[in-house]
Amino acid sequence: MENRNKILVLDDDVDWLALCRDLLSTLPSKPEIYTANSARRALTIIETEKIRLLICDLKMPRIDGLQMLAIVRRRFPELRTIVLSALEDEEFRSRAYALGVDLFWLKTEMQRNSKLFNECLESLLGQADREGDTGFRGIQSKSLMDIIQMECLSRSSTVLRITRGPLVAKLWIQDGEMFDAECEGARGEVAFQRLLAWKSGSFENLPAEPRHERTIQKSVNALLLESAQTLDENAGASTAASAEPLESLNHRKTIWKLSQLTREGADFILAVPPEGQGEPDAIGTQSIASTAHWTRKADEIAHRLGDKLEAGPLSHVSGQNLERQVILLSRGDKTFLVGWPTDATGNLPEKTRKLVASWDS
Amino acid sequence: MGFLKRLFGGLAAVQQLPAGTITVDRDGRIIASTVSSAYPKNLLQTIAKDVLELLREARASQMPLAEVSLHFGSLRITARELRGGAIIFLLPQTALLPTPNSPRP
Repeated sequence: MENRNKILVLDDDVDWLALCRDLLSTLPSKPEIYTANSARRALTIIETEKIRLLICDLKMPRIDGLQMLAIVRRRFPELRTIVLSALEDEEFRSRAYALGVDLFWLKTEMQRNSKLFNECLESLLGQADREGDTGFRGIQSKSLMDIIQMECLSRSSTVLRITRGPLVAKLWIQDGEMFDAECEGARGEVAFQRLLAWKSGSFENLPAEPRHERTIQKSVNALLLESAQTLDENAGASTAASAEPLESLNHRKTIWKLSQLTREGADFILAVPPEGQGEPDAIGTQSIASTAHWTRKADEIAHRLGDKLEAGPLSHVSGQNLERQVILLSRGDKTFLVGWPTDATGNLPEKTRKLVASWDS
Repeated sequence: MGFLKRLFGGLAAVQQLPAGTITVDRDGRIIASTVSSAYPKNLLQTIAKDVLELLREARASQMPLAEVSLHFGSLRITARELRGGAIIFLLPQTALLPTPNSPRP
């Protein structure tokens, strides 16, 4: 019984509380349900019981939902929160998210889509069970570096708002480039470095602010590399014998490879070892297995054809479609496939050779 | 004088490189060709088959290619996809051919 999750529902409508109690008791994880019809009562329960999830109404007498959420965020940062409101107002929604709530649901939607609501609750409770994990809510087991890399690789424009308990940080990304950072009272690169030391939290994407002042001039990869080095140095100093250095080394390696890739302007690189001699290694592409399959096949066909025609050694294979150009070449016993944007200029085979050489070194 | 011929005569059969264009349908049949008729037909057929396989495999791997080029030391094969078939350009590479870095006239 001790391991059951505890959910607290706060609403001034007693009938609604009874309805919620009935609905939540059907959850597969069989959580313990607590109800409160005032913020004061709710705070007492949170202080005495180990509540995992607070479901809160917005419109309440004395202390309203937003005030309650602000108090909870400050005093109980680990508590998951859901707003359940009848107010169909976009401003309330954004204010609630700004306070770091995990979900905002309308009461009407909850009744209509109770199954989906229950699934969201279960998912949140599941995340709460893994409190000890590092990672960011929304994208589990991903570090902040991964999230930033994903945003920048997709060349998106957004403002990332990252919350860690009472702390709030912001990153301004414009067309895949880091424009500004704000964290713990600092701005620019210093803020970025401080932010990367956060191991957990939650984040949300806010609309891009293209007119925001640019304070960071360095490339994202350079920033990530510097931050990773700083983190490694700090980690190495504090825990020399732990397993973290290896993890950090791999991370640094990945960032270094990524910086090589973007410096040359390539989209992706895939290194394919001979069949049965390990897994393909890639950066910048998701469909590793299918692309690796084609790479092996194309290399085999090209070599076979070259031998038959006595056309000399294979230099490389190139291909293109409307989206990108690819160059395939061999180095050592590996075959590499490098993707380039269609508008990439210069001697691509030569650039590919350079990239492959530095990747493989 | 027939000494060298006697020694190497039967060994050094240098194969000619194909030059020209061939058009193949989706089944690998050669529809049109500007390659010398002296060039072995079976080798042209091999080129057609292998190039189509390359394009087909790319499609199957979710990476459809409109054009593919195989760059060998002395031959470049460029194929453009044509509704399942292909038009294939065969260009022997000689020292007189301009390289990508050579200045334009």
